[in-house]
Amino acid sequence: MNETILLTRQLGKRYKKRWAVKNLNLEVYRGDVFGFLGPNGAGKSTTIRMILSLIKPTEGTTEIFGHSLKSHRSEALSRVGGIVEKPDFYQYLSAYKNLEIVGALSGDVKRKRIFEMLDLVGLSDRATDRVKTYSHGMKQRLGIAQALISDPELVILDEPTNGLDPQGMKEVRDLIVHLSRDQKKTIILSSHLLNEIEMVANRMAIIHNGELVVQGDVNTLLDEGEKYVILHAEPLQKVLSVLKRRKMILKNISEKERRFEVIMDFAVIPELNKALVDAGIQVRALIPRRSLEDLFLSMTERTT
Amino acid sequence: MTRLVYYEFIKLFLKKRTYIGFGIVLLIVPLVEVAMKLEGGRFLTIAMRGLSQDFLFFGNLFNGWFVAHQIMNSLWFHIPLLISFVAGDQLAGEATAGTYRLILIRPVSRTRIFIAKYITTLIYTIIFVFFLAGLSIGLALILLGRGDLIVILRGILILPEAEVAWRFMIAYLLATWTMITIASLSFFFSSFVENAIGPIVATMGVLIVFAVISVIPVELFEVPKRFLFTKYLNMWQKMFQDPVPWDEIKTGILFLGTWTLGCVMGAWTVFVRKDILS
Repeated sequence: MNETILLTRQLGKRYKKRWAVKNLNLEVYRGDVFGFLGPNGAGKSTTIRMILSLIKPTEGTTEIFGHSLKSHRSEALSRVGGIVEKPDFYQYLSAYKNLEIVGALSGDVKRKRIFEMLDLVGLSDRATDRVKTYSHGMKQRLGIAQALISDPELVILDEPTNGLDPQGMKEVRDLIVHLSRDQKKTIILSSHLLNEIEMVANRMAIIHNGELVVQGDVNTLLDEGEKYVILHAEPLQKVLSVLKRRKMILKNISEKERRFEVIMDFAVIPELNKALVDAGIQVRALIPRRSLEDLFLSMTERTT
Repeated sequence: MTRLVYYEFIKLFLKKRTYIGFGIVLLIVPLVEVAMKLEGGRFLTIAMRGLSQDFLFFGNLFNGWFVAHQIMNSLWFHIPLLISFVAGDQLAGEATAGTYRLILIRPVSRTRIFIAKYITTLIYTIIFVFFLAGLSIGLALILLGRGDLIVILRGILILPEAEVAWRFMIAYLLATWTMITIASLSFFFSSFVENAIGPIVATMGVLIVFAVISVIPVELFEVPKRFLFTKYLNMWQKMFQDPVPWDEIKTGILFLGTWTLGCVMGAWTVFVRKDILS
């Protein structure tokens, strides 16, 4: 049986007449890497701020490790670490001093632990430098170090790869996997990138316009519904002939762009590719797509 | 709590802004005192113009105590400004820097963080006023020597040297109490906003408006005047009256204490309920 360590019930935040988050019911289990997905402005950060008690909800409740955030805030947050949006620090202090301050607010954090965290994020050689001399990527890594300083069981990371280069993004993803797999931490990872969530998360929720769209197991959600392949190939008639011979269902076709949307199992892609090539067809692309991706991409396109 | 206060201290005293006030005092006080020494008492002669025809003055009245007493007048406006510079930054500075997001997601309650910050503000205020006292009195006595203190206010009062030291000491304690009220007011404004300029401007604005209302002889202002803290902003001056009006001082202490408490409670109410959007 899964142990629920974070539960929100009908959580909502209203600013004047506008609901930033409404009726949000999230459930995070122990050991989850829980992807919290939504386009910019969907309400992810507002939700995370409510979970970390930076914002008071207009309605609803949050329970962390079975403690109500409203009535037992200290107990609820004692095993939680997090980053909220961009990492900001006391710029005039060193990374070490910043972590020491955060550690003092989180319990009894020893000097050794501070250096371990700096080492984990690759900043131990810059420990005594003032944070104002750090690059954005270094601050982001220091942000992760401060989130982990008290050795929390639940780590909440709000867009931790924002502003990082591809190498930096990969390092953060690897770190998340390490924390989950080797240190058995439960992680909530908010992002507006579906592929990022897909790479590291086992469960996820999608939020849009402040409301929950879907929540569940990543693979199940992605496997649910329609799967199709976008095929860019020519000549048109030859492609249609191959598809017809293989009894494949065409979802959509753009003759002008030589673009076909074919409903099919992804396992058949190599076979289809071979058949097309054997028929003398120029295959420019075969892109597997799932309906959840479509849903998310359409949301992202509408809002960005 | 000691640990929280310790780290608030680290944050405060490793910040350059904290030393601006000390730097200004360190610059202005010696400058004024050296200038007064070079003027050689011309300032006192001008102040006592007319009186020297009717009275005979003996001894060194233009001395260190006299100059130190003059410098205490900076407690009207300049020192409150410098104090609000730091007190106004205590909460708003965290919002500006975005570091609320770093500290308010910890299991420590907002109330404890608030108390630690307020205690730090109080300690800063005390250190700052005593720094002014130590520097202005110490340097003045070195430069201009000792003697009786001549107080020129509504008339002339000459206090014997034996009484001057303890009167100064209590005057500075009362000044500290007054400055704590100013710091608390600034702290209160600091809880509302997300940049540190606002609380400084608001504090000085209130100080100026209250001070103006306090001196305007209009009947409409008579009732509100009784409740303005500026009425007791010069409480320290009462230590240089003879006899010392202890009852007025006691009332002033209670009055300013009430204002301080009101500001702190107000700031706390705002701070613990505040949504952190920065």
